[in-house]
Amino acid sequence: MTARIGVVTFPGSLDDRDTQRAIRVAGAEPVALWHKDKDLKQVDAVVLCGGFSYGDYLRAGAIARFSPVMDTVIEQAKAGLPVLGICNGFQILTEAHLLPGGMLGNDHLHFICRDQKLRVENADTSWTSDYTAGQEIHIPLKNMDGRYVADRRTLDELEAEGRVAFRYLDVNPNGSLNDIAGITNAAGNVVGLMPHPEHAVESLIGTGRTDGLPFFTSILKKLVNA
Amino acid sequence: MSRTPLDTVEHATATPDVELPWAELGLKKDEYERVVEILGRRPTGAELAMYSVMWSEHCSYKSSKVHLRQFGEKAPQSDAMLVGIGENAGVVDVGQGYAVTFKVESHNHPSYVEPYQGAATGVGGIVRDIIAMGARPVAVVDPLRFGAADHPDTKRVLPGVVAGIGGYGNCLGLPNIGGEVVFDACYQGNPLVNAGAIGVMRHEDIHLAKASGAGNKVILYGARTGGDGIGGASILASETFDDAKPSKRPAVQVGDPFQEKLLIECTLEAFAEKLVVGIQDLGAAGLSCATSELASNGSGGMRVTLDDVPLRDSTLSPEEILMSESQERMCAVVEPEKVDRFLEICDKWDVIATVIGEVTDGDRLEIFWHGGKIVDVDPRTVAHDGPVYERPYARPDWQDALQADDANKLPRPGTSDELKDQVLKLVGSPNQASKQWITQQYDHFVQGNTVLAQPEDSGMIRVDEESGLGVAIATDGNGRYAKLDPYTGAQLALAEAYRNVATTGAKPLAVSDCLNFGSPEDPAVMWQFAEAVRGLADGCLQLGTPVTGGNVSLYNQTGEAAIHPTPVVAVLGVIDDVARRTPVAFQEDGQLLYLLGDTREEFGGSAWSQVIHDHLGGLPPKVDLERERLLGEILISASRDGMIDSAHDLSDGGLVQAVVESALLGGKGARLVVPDGLDAFTFLFSESAGRAVVAVPRSEEVRFNDMCGARGLPVTRIGVVDGDAVEVQGEFTLPLTDLREAHEETIPGLLA
Repeated sequence: MTARIGVVTFPGSLDDRDTQRAIRVAGAEPVALWHKDKDLKQVDAVVLCGGFSYGDYLRAGAIARFSPVMDTVIEQAKAGLPVLGICNGFQILTEAHLLPGGMLGNDHLHFICRDQKLRVENADTSWTSDYTAGQEIHIPLKNMDGRYVADRRTLDELEAEGRVAFRYLDVNPNGSLNDIAGITNAAGNVVGLMPHPEHAVESLIGTGRTDGLPFFTSILKKLVNA
Repeated sequence: MSRTPLDTVEHATATPDVELPWAELGLKKDEYERVVEILGRRPTGAELAMYSVMWSEHCSYKSSKVHLRQFGEKAPQSDAMLVGIGENAGVVDVGQGYAVTFKVESHNHPSYVEPYQGAATGVGGIVRDIIAMGARPVAVVDPLRFGAADHPDTKRVLPGVVAGIGGYGNCLGLPNIGGEVVFDACYQGNPLVNAGAIGVMRHEDIHLAKASGAGNKVILYGARTGGDGIGGASILASETFDDAKPSKRPAVQVGDPFQEKLLIECTLEAFAEKLVVGIQDLGAAGLSCATSELASNGSGGMRVTLDDVPLRDSTLSPEEILMSESQERMCAVVEPEKVDRFLEICDKWDVIATVIGEVTDGDRLEIFWHGGKIVDVDPRTVAHDGPVYERPYARPDWQDALQADDANKLPRPGTSDELKDQVLKLVGSPNQASKQWITQQYDHFVQGNTVLAQPEDSGMIRVDEESGLGVAIATDGNGRYAKLDPYTGAQLALAEAYRNVATTGAKPLAVSDCLNFGSPEDPAVMWQFAEAVRGLADGCLQLGTPVTGGNVSLYNQTGEAAIHPTPVVAVLGVIDDVARRTPVAFQEDGQLLYLLGDTREEFGGSAWSQVIHDHLGGLPPKVDLERERLLGEILISASRDGMIDSAHDLSDGGLVQAVVESALLGGKGARLVVPDGLDAFTFLFSESAGRAVVAVPRSEEVRFNDMCGARGLPVTRIGVVDGDAVEVQGEFTLPLTDLREAHEETIPGLLA
């Protein structure tokens, strides 16, 4: 048996087909979800992928958060549905208050696309269990608004509770506080990060590394073993 | 432009003596008289608007047409060609039922006036050309040329252009996989912002820009029409910049990549359901172009009600609506019974779509406004029967002196230290330095099919996940070579792009070009243009790679000073299995380095002559296209059969530049030995064409040498991949750390 993982397409989503491919590569079944449709088609998990939802002319993720599909995603995430937000998806998750903090424009004010070194800080979430804590990985990063910020108390809380899931290594590419690349909610079912694991699942494509694949195998194992 | 009464056809007939502003709209007197002759009366204001934009240099190719015919006349026989010159973009068969469409275009003038929007809408325009053929866009490339790297205005233009390309392309979800960035003072007032795109479709999905079938509906969809870009084609792209005239900023369009992304998705969905009979994007000359081209390419006429065009600004006059170059709009011809479904798909994607007219039985294009007929023309006279000029051309009187100023006679480095110093200067010069600061502002990864991206020799995209079928594209041009000899310069651009594609393991199939030149009214420029086109057409015939389309950009000139003639050539190639691609980076210590081809003392137009002596003179390197073809075959065979692990084409900067790039990308050094018969300087800096450096695993050494020997390609062992320095035995050793600093810190230092 396998798991059915939904990928939401908003107008302006860019990595929806890539994310579906990554899910297939991991051995799960991707299911296309549409922003105007509240129905999640009984998927076992949801990925909010990268892109510029609704053009992101207001603030990244600010409009997508109010789309019909998000009503259901928010409700079910609170009830334990595994949700992964990648890049714009991470921005949407913070706008939806499923994850704390928010994203500002990169400190250097440019779009940046690079092969980014990360450290896995938390390997106990639904999406990271196939990593080991402390593992160093390379995942492509590409964004304009990737600077993670939160107030001091939230940061302290995230650090104290081990909810920083990924941290930038060597180079902090956007000025994120505490070098934060990705975080998880307390329950570990909702994870968001700026880098793009779906672009690192095939040895031939992109940077040629497969360091992103464990995101998708982690969730598959969790769902299949559940 | 409010006028009472409305300038209808009837009104125009009744008032033959009304003076129209044809000169302000960019028409010459004889051209206006020709319009009057065609119509048998004075044109209405709306007709004048249409003729003026469609007969502009940018849209009509009036100065270049007589030369461009050679691309058709000399076209090589090619089974791969599915759609040739004249459509929105050429289409090439790449096998397994797939077709690929690609094209390079210029957006030079707007990008100088307003760098961000100019460059952004350049991407938007080329991408719509690709969609209009029925294809999903899969990648973009951007060949860029700017003024001197340290000129203050370059710091205005370049960051804006790069941000615009990124801001638009990244938001569309198109990986940016190639292109070039070149600096030269000749582009100071005329930067060249060329944009290329590739699209993939199945053979049966090819669509063409024609309106056929009386009763079929004409649907305008996408963004509302506004006042932006009015007269862009006629005023901006077809005139020389002059400091004394007012700023032309209002003629530059403003892009909305989000709208374009929706346009891509909804167009592809409509194609998939086979709802579209004909399609045309709205680019230069907007609705004037789309309606007249659709109608003239089809079997019937067309009737359009301009009142139905959704407007952003309700005060626009009909002339302005016809001329507006508002971005992100397309025009489809749809059978009546399929209109509802087409509109439904547009609605799904929140794209505004409106039926604005229909195909008619007749052969006239008729446009109505407030109930009056304001246009009644034969669409062919607008779209295809524009003026054709046999502009005078003459070899410039300075050409001989330029060629006599031989770069081979420039002082060469006298000592090993001087040689080493010049190597560092070369790899750190703005043109040879790493462009990572620029390219990292583009998304390379989106769509998840990028096999190779810049700084590789060609960008490569996987087309089929199962079979591994892929396509590669490289764009090249060298204005310095072309200035010394435009015929040879154009062939060198072709040869380099061809070689770059072959170096990565792909078989070159077809060519698109973007021809950037000064004013056609200058006989010297016209000679450069004629020579370059002749060279390119002859070269394409010899290499068997037909020109499938492209674009001409003239008037790249400030006052009397024209840019270097700059033909930019894009070569598209196909590779059966992308797993066999060959990268630039050195892979493994101990692998043997071979130089393929002949090295001669050729320094005319070279990077060395520019960087060390600020010199341009002599003759460019010789071209031997048969040699290029042989070299290509060897590189492709070696890649397919796993005989080489890395390869890099040799071009500007010569061998040392190539080796340093491979070393830095792979993080592995090289020990080089100067071959017998060559001096170290010539070995390192010569820019002889038809060469590449390959790294061969020791296990493949015999097989590789045998292959080259059997096919008659000169091959010289020049060293080995090893260590963390580039060493030229008996001359110098340069640690990779020093090379990296020189190579990678230049551009951020100038621009960040």
